[in-house]
Amino acid sequence: MSALDRLTRPGPLRAALGFGLGALVLLVVAPATLSQFRLDLLAKYLCFGIVAVGIGLAWGRGGMLTLGQGVYFGIGAYAMAMHLKLAQTPPGELPDFMQLYGEVTELPLWWQPFRQASVAVPATVLLPMLVAFVLGQAVFRRRIKGPYFAILSQALAAAMAILIVGQQGTTGGTNGLTDITSFFGYDLGDPVNRTTVYVVVAVCLLGCLAVARQLMQSRYGELLVAVRDAPERVRFLGYDPANVQTFAYTVAAGMAGLAGAMFVCAVQAINPASIDIVPSIAFVIGVAVGGRATLLGPALGAIGVAWLTTAASEALADRWTYIQGGLFILVVAFLPNGLASLPRVVGDAVRRRPAEVTS
Amino acid sequence: MTDQTAAGLRIRDLRVVFDGFVAVDGVDLDVPRGDLRFLIGPNGAGKTTIVDAVTGLSKATGSVQFGEQELLGREVHRIARAGIGRTFQTATVFEELTVLQNLDIAAGAGRGFARLLRRRRGVPEAVERVLGTIHLADATDRLAGTLAHGQKQWLEIGMLLVQDARLLLLDEPVAGMSHEERDATGALLQEIADGDRTVVIVEHDMEFLRKFARTVTVLHQGRVLSEGSVAQVQADPKVQEVYLGTAADAAVVAEGVDGVDGAGVDGVKVEG
Repeated sequence: MSALDRLTRPGPLRAALGFGLGALVLLVVAPATLSQFRLDLLAKYLCFGIVAVGIGLAWGRGGMLTLGQGVYFGIGAYAMAMHLKLAQTPPGELPDFMQLYGEVTELPLWWQPFRQASVAVPATVLLPMLVAFVLGQAVFRRRIKGPYFAILSQALAAAMAILIVGQQGTTGGTNGLTDITSFFGYDLGDPVNRTTVYVVVAVCLLGCLAVARQLMQSRYGELLVAVRDAPERVRFLGYDPANVQTFAYTVAAGMAGLAGAMFVCAVQAINPASIDIVPSIAFVIGVAVGGRATLLGPALGAIGVAWLTTAASEALADRWTYIQGGLFILVVAFLPNGLASLPRVVGDAVRRRPAEVTS
Repeated sequence: MTDQTAAGLRIRDLRVVFDGFVAVDGVDLDVPRGDLRFLIGPNGAGKTTIVDAVTGLSKATGSVQFGEQELLGREVHRIARAGIGRTFQTATVFEELTVLQNLDIAAGAGRGFARLLRRRRGVPEAVERVLGTIHLADATDRLAGTLAHGQKQWLEIGMLLVQDARLLLLDEPVAGMSHEERDATGALLQEIADGDRTVVIVEHDMEFLRKFARTVTVLHQGRVLSEGSVAQVQADPKVQEVYLGTAADAAVVAEGVDGVDGAGVDGVKVEG
């Protein structure tokens, strides 16, 4: 076998090579070639890519259509934003927006823990995972699945956004938490520090891809596919499918939380419009377009759709929404396994053609 | 273990009611360890429902014991872990996974979480053994969805074997199989039931039953109608009446059932 064969065959070697190539592009080529403005945008897209990796696991492999990942993205984002807000507020004062709205005179109790970075930073990942675990156990034990699960998860995203909007005095309401100027003591106005944030986001994405790959290749990954396709059969083999599903759902929530936290660092603000139903569905569209059951499809799809959204809305304004919807319908109707399956579909079509001619 | 039946399947006063319809009406059933028992009866007799009740799929009252353990009221996956395995009328395998992956999952319910998160290295010994038994050693890396119908059913039986089920409940395991496949399956099931595994088969195929059953239980309208060896059950006038409606025709069928031509008197078809 030639060396090239070995490198292009599926396996640890090819994975390591691909991973290295991805790291090279993200960590060296992109910062060297893109303007600061584009690099900031890319950091934002990569955050969506991180959410998408989790959705690929939960939906693509686990069959759980998570239409409400905005909830976990939001918990991670707000946890990080609360910490950064408190860190830049002088001691003894309230964050700026609380002074502005004047509804509270002292810091609410549930803000207090986020003063400590040692609490807030782990919380951006662990809090979404905890919520997802409790919810997952409650939902999957009752064997709620398919569209019912999708509607439930979407309603949750709406509820959370409405809750935040309603509690303006302590959450910033519709405006959200804005004017985040520093990142653990580093000024976010400085391009060097913004590039650092970009690098951290890129490393997080690569890390999430590594975790997802290990899960997909492990025995757990095989079991997850089995649960997706025939949960009852799995039950009769002595497994509890609810636990299998809850685990993937919880990991996906943790990734969404991490993405939310990094999003705040990259965009320097968070508001309810970024976490409610519309962005939750946009995550899923990206995953579907890219190819939900593959490792890279979801991330590339989400990054691509986010990039197209910016590029197209610069040129087409509101009309982009229709194009995005049309793209989703096209992919679901003609490429149900996403763009990742395009080479195989084309390959099959090409192979079939000569056979038709001879017959 | 005090006696043979205590270690096998012991069902007492089993009742299953769906919305007022009594599907199983006070069934007592003993299947000793190592037996190869066929459950037969016309449609609606309650055969599959009994299997559903034993495996925890349908709610039931009464008592179902296997070995010394009471099974009723436990969750499906806990009953499975107690050594009870089953197949379904339509072969259910994980179509998007390979034969090897299917068997590996069936073998793995006892695996710890840390082991689940690692990759499978090589083929587990139990899986290797069973691959030969079910004639799929050449198909380990094929997707289960691409297997022929009979192969899927064998894969399901193989999954029960690697699962290390002590009691195997098979719902129409030879439906849609060719004659050769039926014979191979029957021989395999006899081999499995030879020892400390107990096999219970729900089947309509009378020819298959005559060839391979050790004992037979005939059910009718949710109750046990007759029980014994194949010959005993065939000679029972009550069985002949249920399958034929009239005692007059029963003699004809008794002949047919005993006939050397093996003309396959199918319970369901004869009923209609």
